[in-house]
Amino acid sequence: MISRVIYAFLSVGILGGLLGLALAYASKIFAVKKDKRITDLEEILPGANCGACGYPGCSGYAEAIVNEGAEMTLCAPGGADVASKVGEIMGVTVEVSGEKMVAQIHCHGTRDTSKVKYDYKGINDCNAMHSSFGGDKSCPYGCLGLGSCIKVCPVDAISKTDAGYLNIDKDKCIACGKCINVCPTGVIKMIPYSAKTIVACNSKDKGGIVRKYCSVGCIGCKMCEKKSPDGGFKVENFLAYIDYSAEGSRTEAIEACPAKCIKNLDEAQ
Amino acid sequence: MTYVGIIITFVFINNFILSQFMGLCPFIGVSKNVESAVGMGFAVTFVMSIAALATWAIQNLILVPLHIEFLQTITFILMIAALVQFVEMFVQKSSPSLYKALGIYLPLITTNCAVLGIALIAVRSNYNALESFVAGISAGLGFLLAIVLMSTIREKLDSEWIPKPFRGTPIAFITGGLMALAFMAFDKALLNNLIG
Repeated sequence: MISRVIYAFLSVGILGGLLGLALAYASKIFAVKKDKRITDLEEILPGANCGACGYPGCSGYAEAIVNEGAEMTLCAPGGADVASKVGEIMGVTVEVSGEKMVAQIHCHGTRDTSKVKYDYKGINDCNAMHSSFGGDKSCPYGCLGLGSCIKVCPVDAISKTDAGYLNIDKDKCIACGKCINVCPTGVIKMIPYSAKTIVACNSKDKGGIVRKYCSVGCIGCKMCEKKSPDGGFKVENFLAYIDYSAEGSRTEAIEACPAKCIKNLDEAQ
Repeated sequence: MTYVGIIITFVFINNFILSQFMGLCPFIGVSKNVESAVGMGFAVTFVMSIAALATWAIQNLILVPLHIEFLQTITFILMIAALVQFVEMFVQKSSPSLYKALGIYLPLITTNCAVLGIALIAVRSNYNALESFVAGISAGLGFLLAIVLMSTIREKLDSEWIPKPFRGTPIAFITGGLMALAFMAFDKALLNNLIG
């Protein structure tokens, strides 16, 4: 009887010890050598794993910088700050130009303001809806409002406002571009972080056509060009664009716009 | 029992997931897409086959001669844990992308009762070393079959409308249950008809 206790004790002990030794030896053989610079880079990168750089996650990008000589300025969320730190680790100076960009949805048309072509009862996804007659909205350029961008946003920056249109919180946006890629109508565009005004319309139809299907669409009347000559407004294809490098006042244009589609972003939130 | 019999038994008739209901954790957890399901299936197959062989050695070379068979569970678990650790190191070294895709479920194979299950069943059936090994491989392939079938169904389910309370895991369990019913068609009588 007592011998079985000793055998049990010894066999489990020896077996455990041997397996432990084998594993310790195996860990030496299979040790994965990691470049010190890769771990340093991983610490500096934002860790959002958004994929904006085109590599699988932040650690994938860090490896690509060290092993494949990838560009050091690809991290959109990190911006100039991270790019210069990456340069420090890699021992080069990185020059970054331009200020931080954020995404914004250039359409404030809801089911109340825009006419609906048909009653959509399908998968709750913009791309699915867009595949049947370009969506249920009569306007082929606007936001379909089913929120596919909300689902892909890695930082939950996009939300539905009380008025029913979608809005992107510029303080949360990391400019990864995922919403721009998923959006079937191309209504999401990049604007500078400092921009306070947007033309909340993406319709390139003539004024008369726009009037018929949307009450808040840009009709290309060029009123903004006249009222705020220094504001950088430019009407092309019956749609007003803003050149954000112009620094003039834009408040007159906001007030004068007959369709009220030029919006102050601070009020829109 | 012949080797063909063992293979058919463990892949179809006693499929570990669909008729023994072992290893449901990775079956539900890693079956969301086909790629990781295949990776998981092969990792489990490897661990199961080696574990069946190693535990046969422990049972017949250590436990039986010393009359300490009551240590079966603890020594088998010890062996399986060491094997999984080894597989983890090997995968991390040879295929970092697979290592990332499997994530937490790779070390969790340690606590996968299907692995301990095949070890105990092989011992209880008095298989010899080669039979244990074959049983391990076929049980792993059965697992692979079930998890790949499940993952393809779940990829299709993603685009279907499902009543809200059933979304996610509940519908996965219901689907698994229906698959298990289908696998009841494979039984001992079928095996006898096939190979006499």
